[in-house]
Amino acid sequence: MVDKDISEKKANYLKSMKIFDYIIPILSVVAGLLVGAIFMKIIGADPIEAYKVLWSSSFGSMRGFSEMLVNTIPLIFTGLAVAFGFRIGLFNIGGDGQFLIAYLASAYIGFLFQLPMYFHLPLAVLAGILAGGVWGGFAGYLKATLGVHEVITTIMMNYIALYFVGYMASGPLKAQGGLPATPKIFDSAKLPRLMTGLRLHWGIFLAIGAAILIYYILWKTPLGYEVRATGQNSDAAEFGGINVAKNLMLAMFISGALAGLAGTSQALGLEYRAYQPFGFIGYGFTGIAVALVGKSHPLGVVLGALLFGVLARGAMMMQSMVGVPKEVVQIIQASIIIFVASEYIFKYLVRKWRERKGDVIDAS
Amino acid sequence: MTASNELAVEMKGITKRFPGVLANDNVDLQLKHGEIHALLGENGAGKTTLMNCLYGFLEADEGDIFINGEKVKVTNPNVAIAHGIGMVHQHFMLVPPFTVTENIVLGGEPSKNSMIDYKKARKEVEEISEQYGLQVDPDAKVQDISVGMQQRVEILKALYKGAEILILDEPTAVLTPQEVEELVSIMESLTDEGKSIIFITHKLKEVKAIADRVTVIRSGKWIDTIDTNSATTNELANMMVGREVILELEKEKAQPGEVVLEVEDLYAKNNRDLMALNGASFSVRRGEILGIAGVDGNGQTELTEVLTGLRKKESGTIKFKGREIKKPQTKRLFEEGISHVPEDRQRRGLVMDFSLYENLILGRHDRKPYASKFKMNYKTVKNEARRLIKDFDVRTPNEVVKAKSLSGGNQQKLIIAREFDREPDLLVAAQPTRGIDVGAIEYIHEKLVEQRNNNKAILLLSLELDEILSLSDRIAVIYEGEIVDILDVEDATEEKLGLMMAGAESEEVEGGNDVGR
Amino acid sequence: MLASLAALLSTTLRMATPLILASLGGMFSESSGVINIALEGIMLIGAFTAMAGSYFVGPWFGVLAAVIVGMLVALVHAIASITFRADQIVTATAINIFATGITGFLLRLIFGDAGQSPSVQDVGTWTLPGINKIPFIGDVIGTQIPFVYIALILVAVSYWVLFKTPFGLRLRSVGEHPAAADSVGINVFKMRYIAVIMSGFFAGLAGASLSVGLLDLFVKNMASGRGFIALAAMIFGKWTPHGALMAALLFGFADALQMLAQTLGLTFVPRQFLLMAPYILTILALAGVVGRSTPPAADGEPYIKEEV
Repeated sequence: MVDKDISEKKANYLKSMKIFDYIIPILSVVAGLLVGAIFMKIIGADPIEAYKVLWSSSFGSMRGFSEMLVNTIPLIFTGLAVAFGFRIGLFNIGGDGQFLIAYLASAYIGFLFQLPMYFHLPLAVLAGILAGGVWGGFAGYLKATLGVHEVITTIMMNYIALYFVGYMASGPLKAQGGLPATPKIFDSAKLPRLMTGLRLHWGIFLAIGAAILIYYILWKTPLGYEVRATGQNSDAAEFGGINVAKNLMLAMFISGALAGLAGTSQALGLEYRAYQPFGFIGYGFTGIAVALVGKSHPLGVVLGALLFGVLARGAMMMQSMVGVPKEVVQIIQASIIIFVASEYIFKYLVRKWRERKGDVIDAS
Repeated sequence: MTASNELAVEMKGITKRFPGVLANDNVDLQLKHGEIHALLGENGAGKTTLMNCLYGFLEADEGDIFINGEKVKVTNPNVAIAHGIGMVHQHFMLVPPFTVTENIVLGGEPSKNSMIDYKKARKEVEEISEQYGLQVDPDAKVQDISVGMQQRVEILKALYKGAEILILDEPTAVLTPQEVEELVSIMESLTDEGKSIIFITHKLKEVKAIADRVTVIRSGKWIDTIDTNSATTNELANMMVGREVILELEKEKAQPGEVVLEVEDLYAKNNRDLMALNGASFSVRRGEILGIAGVDGNGQTELTEVLTGLRKKESGTIKFKGREIKKPQTKRLFEEGISHVPEDRQRRGLVMDFSLYENLILGRHDRKPYASKFKMNYKTVKNEARRLIKDFDVRTPNEVVKAKSLSGGNQQKLIIAREFDREPDLLVAAQPTRGIDVGAIEYIHEKLVEQRNNNKAILLLSLELDEILSLSDRIAVIYEGEIVDILDVEDATEEKLGLMMAGAESEEVEGGNDVGR
Repeated sequence: MLASLAALLSTTLRMATPLILASLGGMFSESSGVINIALEGIMLIGAFTAMAGSYFVGPWFGVLAAVIVGMLVALVHAIASITFRADQIVTATAINIFATGITGFLLRLIFGDAGQSPSVQDVGTWTLPGINKIPFIGDVIGTQIPFVYIALILVAVSYWVLFKTPFGLRLRSVGEHPAAADSVGINVFKMRYIAVIMSGFFAGLAGASLSVGLLDLFVKNMASGRGFIALAAMIFGKWTPHGALMAALLFGFADALQMLAQTLGLTFVPRQFLLMAPYILTILALAGVVGRSTPPAADGEPYIKEEV
C-alpha cells in the first residue's frame, strides 16, 4: 500500500495548507490597518485615536450602525458579483458599469409609471437585474464566442456606461429643472426604510438573500457544479459535456445582475432617482477587495463587505474628528488587496519553514 | 577526492524536493566522454528532474555536479550553456511565432551596432545545419514546421550554443521507427565528433539499441549503472520497476460482432485552423480493439475530439450504432454510449481541485440519481464514489481528497472508473497509459482487454507502437489526417507500421526495400 | 476652415500624447507577459508628482520626479505579480485604488484642498524652427508642448528596441514562451521586471504630460480613464508601437472633436458619444470587427519555475 501512503501524506499536506485560506485574509486586514496607521503617524495623527473613532462611528450609535449597513449593502452585491465571476474563472472588473446601468434602469421603471407596490417594486428591481445582467453578460458573450478577455471588455463597458448614463440622465430622461437627474421615482417603487429616521432600507435583506442564494447555487445545484468545474478547468468541463460557452455567459449575466442590484438599491433605496454620474463611486472596484478578503465565499463576502462598510462609514468621521484625510481608507483598502493577493509569499514562507523542520514527504 | 577527468559529467548525491515529494534522492550519474548514456526509469521516476538540475532549470537541494572534472554550481541554464551543456526538452522549448533562425540564436544573438545581425545569424544557422546534416528552413516560422523539424531546430539550438554534452529528453516519442533510426545515426555522428550524450527514456528496446551504458533510477533513487550489453531487456525491466514484469500481454483472439462506429471521409481542422483530418475512414466493431498508430500530430487529437464532440467536423459522416450523428455534441454522445479516456488527463480528464467524488460524476453530474434540476444529491454521489474507488482499485485515503493529491496512475484509474462504469458501447481511449507507472499500465491494459471481451468496441489511440501491437486486434495507421491502411495485427510488424506511419501504403511496403522515404 | 482644421489636429496631437506614452508603457509590459492595468493609477500618481515637483522646484524637475515615482510604483506591481505571483489584475487594481487614495491624501495634506492644486509652472511649449513656418503643418506640429515631440520620438525608439535589438527579441520571447526563454539562459524574471518598470517610466511621463503639459495644475482623479484608453490603444494597435500611435491619434481625435464641439456649442452629436468612441472601437477591435487583436501567448501568466 505504498501508493496510499503517498497520497495520504500529500492530501494531509494540502489540507494543512488550507488553513491559510482563513488566516491570510485576517492577517492582510491587520497589515492593511497597520499601513494606514503608518500614514497617520507620518502626518502626526494618533492612529489609535483614529481607529477608535472608526469603530465608534459604526458601532457607537444606532444611526452610525444604520449608515454603516447602508454602505455595506452595495458592497455585498458587488463583492458577490466578483466572487461569482471568480468561481467560473472570470474577472468581472465591470461592477461599476453594471451598477450604473442598473441604477438608471431601476430609476427609469420607478418614475415611468405608478403601480401597486407589490408589483412596481419587484418590476423596478427586475429591471436593474436585467440591465446589469445584460451589461455583464455581453462581456461573457464576447468571452465565450470570441475569447475576448473579459477584463478589457468590462473596463471598456464601465466607461461606456458612465457616459451613456450621463447622457440619459442629463438628456432624454432629465427631469424638469436645473438638476442633471431623472425625475423622482414613485413611492411604490421605493425600497422601504427599516425604521423612520434611519436610511437603512430593505436592500439589506435583498443583499443577504442574494448571498444565501449564491451559496446555494454554487454548492447545492448542478449549475453550481458546472460553474465551479468550468472555473477550475474549462477543458475538463467541456469534456464532461458541460456547455462552457453557455455557462460563461450565464455566469457573467448573474455576476452583472448582482452588481446591478447594488445600483438598484442605490436608486430605489437611497437616492430615489438617477443622477448624472461624474465618475465612478467605486463600488465595483471595492467589490474586488471584498471578494478577495472573503475568499470568494458568500459568507466571506458578507464579512468583507461589513469590514469595508465600516471603513467607508468611518472615513469622514476620522477626517473631521482626528484630522486624518478620508483618502487614507483607500490606502488601507489597496494595501489589504495587495496583501491578500500576495498569499503566495505567506505559503512560500510556511513551506520553507516546514521543509527546514524536515517535514517533507518521501516519494518512496 | 576529485572526479576523474575522463568523465564529461559527474553528478553525486543529487537530492531534489518538491512540495510534498522527494523527486531525486541521493542520485549519482557518470557520463563518459563520447558515450551515449541512457537514463532509464519509469514515468515519474525523476529522470527529467535530475536532468533539469544538470541543465540549471532547477537547482538541486543537495549534491555536487562536476563537469569535465570541475565542480560547478549550476544555478541557471546560462551556467550549463557556458560549460557546454545543451538540452533538448521533451516539450520543445521553441517560440512558435519566431522564425527558425530567431529561435536558434535566441539568447546569443549576433549583433551589430546593438541591433541583431540577422544576415549573420542566418548564415551561421545554415552553416551549422550543414555541418551536422540537420536540414532546416531558417526562415520558416516554428509554428508552421513539422514536429520532426522542430526537433532538429532544438538540437541545432543546443549545438549553436556550443554544446559538447547533449541531454535528449525522450526524443523518440514524436518520431516514426525510421525517424528514430535517423536520429540514432545523428547521435552517433555527434559522438564521433567527441560529443557526449545523455538520453532519457522509459523504453527498454531503445536503451539496448542506442546506448553504451545505462543508469537506472526508480522512485527518485539511483538503482544501478551498467553496460547495456551486460543485461537483458527483462533484467532492465526488473531494475526499472523493481519486480518481475510481464512484457507480453496474454489475450485470446477477438470475436468481433456488428459494426458500432463507422467513420467515412472525415475532415476537421486543428487549433491553428489548418486541416488536420483529411478524409479519414474506418470502422470499429463490437468485441474488438482497433488501434490507431501514428506519429504525434497526424490528426489523432482531432480525431478523438471530433468523435467525442469536442471539436466540430468540416465534413464526412459518423455513424454510431447504425445511425448517422449529424452534429456530434459531447453530452449527447455520452448519453448515446460513447465513453472517452482523454489523452491529457490533467487538462481534460479531471478537475484537479475537485474532490474525487465530484470528479467521478463529471458528465453525469446533472442526471439522476446524482442530481435533480435544482439540487445535487451528494449523498448518493459519495456512496457511488466509494464503490468505484473500491472496484477500480484507486489508491486513496478517501473520496473527499482532491484529485491532484493522487499519483498519475491513480488519477488515470479514476478516469477509467468513471468512463467504464457508464457501460459504453464504444470506448475511445487516447494515450490511456501515457506518463504513468508500469503497475497502472498493466492494470489499464487488463481492463481494456476485459472490456473488449465484454463485447464493447474499443478505439485505441496510442503513440507507443508496442502498446498498439500488444493490445489491438486490428491496426489502422494514420498519416497526415488520413488512414493509410488497416492491418490485422497478425500481419503487422514494427517496421511495416513505421513505414506506413511515414505515409507509405502497405502494398508499397510489401513491394520492396527502397520505399517509404 | 483650414485654420480650424489645423487647430483640431493640433489638439488631437496634444490629447493623444498621454495616450501614446502610456500605451507604449503597456506594450512593453505586456510584450513580456505582464498585464498592467495599473497604468491609470501610475499616471495619476505621475501627474501629482510632476505638479508637486514643479511647485517645489521646477517643471522639469517635476517631470523627472514623476518618471522616477512611476517606476517605483511599477516596481510594486512587478514584485507582487512576478515574484509573489499575485494576480496581475488584482495587484493593478489595488494600485489604482491606492493612487486615488494617496493623491487625494497628499492633496489635502500639502495643499489643504480636496479638489485641485494651485496653479504651477508648466513646461511651456517648444517650437520647431523652420517647420513652424510651413503653412498648415506648422500650425499643427510647429509649436507644441514638449511631450508631443518626446512621445513621437519614443514611438520610434520603442519600435527599434522591440523589433531590432536582442533585448527586444528576448523580451518578446519571454512574453510568448517564458520556459523557452529560460532554457536558453534568459532571465525571465529580470526581463519582466525591466519591462514592468519601463511601463512605469512611460506611465509616469504620461501623467506628467497631464499636469505640467496639457494643464498647469493637478485635479483630483485627473487621469479620468486615460490609462484605460491607453490600454485600449495598445490593444487596438495590436501591441506594436506604430499601431498604438495610430490608435492613440484616433482616440485623441475623438477627444479633440468633443472639446471643439463643446466650445463651439455644437450638439449634432452628444459629447458623451464621442467620449465613448474609444471604448466602443476597442471592443469592436477585440471582437474582430476591425481586424482581430491577439495578445502575446503568455500574457498575464506568472512564470512558475519549480513545477515540472
